Amino acid sequence: MDKRKSENEWKRHAVQGLWALLTNSYLMGFAQGKIYRGKLKNLCVPGLNCYSCPGAVGACPIGALQAVIGNWNFKFAFYVAGFLMFVGALMGRFVCGWLCPFGLIQDLLHKIPFPGKINTFKGDNLLRKLKYVIFFVFVILLPMFLVDILGQGAPYFCKLICPAGTLEGGIPLVLLNESMRSALGWLYAWKNVLLLVTIFLSVLIYRPFCKYICPLGAVYSIFNPISIFHYRVDKNACIDCGLCAKACKMQVDPVKNANHPECIRCGACKKACPVKAIR
Amino acid sequence: MRLFRRSSPCGICAAILGLAMMGYGIFRGEMPVVLEKAINICMECIGIG
Repeated sequence: MDKRKSENEWKRHAVQGLWALLTNSYLMGFAQGKIYRGKLKNLCVPGLNCYSCPGAVGACPIGALQAVIGNWNFKFAFYVAGFLMFVGALMGRFVCGWLCPFGLIQDLLHKIPFPGKINTFKGDNLLRKLKYVIFFVFVILLPMFLVDILGQGAPYFCKLICPAGTLEGGIPLVLLNESMRSALGWLYAWKNVLLLVTIFLSVLIYRPFCKYICPLGAVYSIFNPISIFHYRVDKNACIDCGLCAKACKMQVDPVKNANHPECIRCGACKKACPVKAIR
Repeated sequence: MRLFRRSSPCGICAAILGLAMMGYGIFRGEMPVVLEKAINICMECIGIG
């Protein structure tokens, strides 16, 4: 059973890896320390993928959302909000489980053996609400209202919080460009500290960024219960063995709620079910 | 097709609404703002700006 579960997980990682490679396929950028400047960047990718990553060929939806909201000309982003609504309504947090490069990084980090891994803790459920606060404050309100003299708002989530931007964009670009190295300051140091904390916590806790911080996960989670692609539990077939809940690293019990906002649709519960009651 | 028949009507409506919002956003010229941001190195994102 464990071998089958592990095989299934590596299959998912292969899909995640392929998707990450596809959406970061401008390999020349890594060699030259530049980013892709083509028209594909009109389009958003579904996962959290910094558009300042040298390989990125699409736009990060959270960065794009802040860019349009913070623009003096618009103040609401119908294009990006519509994209998030469409993707969310189609597959919910399936994106988190299968199509997010930063999710893959956290998945792999959690495989590092370490004593005292934490499944859950007191206040875990409450802390999971933090991502909604981060979404409303740093992605919507601050770029909308905290503006400069021209009425332009900064992407505050990217600027102050996002460790994906540091890992995928900041570190490679700074390593490859001497001019950028001379411009480093406290913000770069702060973002690297956040990245290191995220990396350390990812070894201890399964996907801490997705559970507590990610504004993209917060948006998709709202659509999880109504998304077109969803899980169903055949209550007649279910034998209430509890193996599915035990297999879930996001601490969801599929029998109670198969489309819980925290479910990233990794498929671990489906594989764990001995009577194939989850479809 | 079976997947759509079993889907929540709210999900289908939200997907359609999402597409309509995307269309409206493109119509009112939001895409160039996204492109402009995405093709230039985002100093804030990488922790310099």
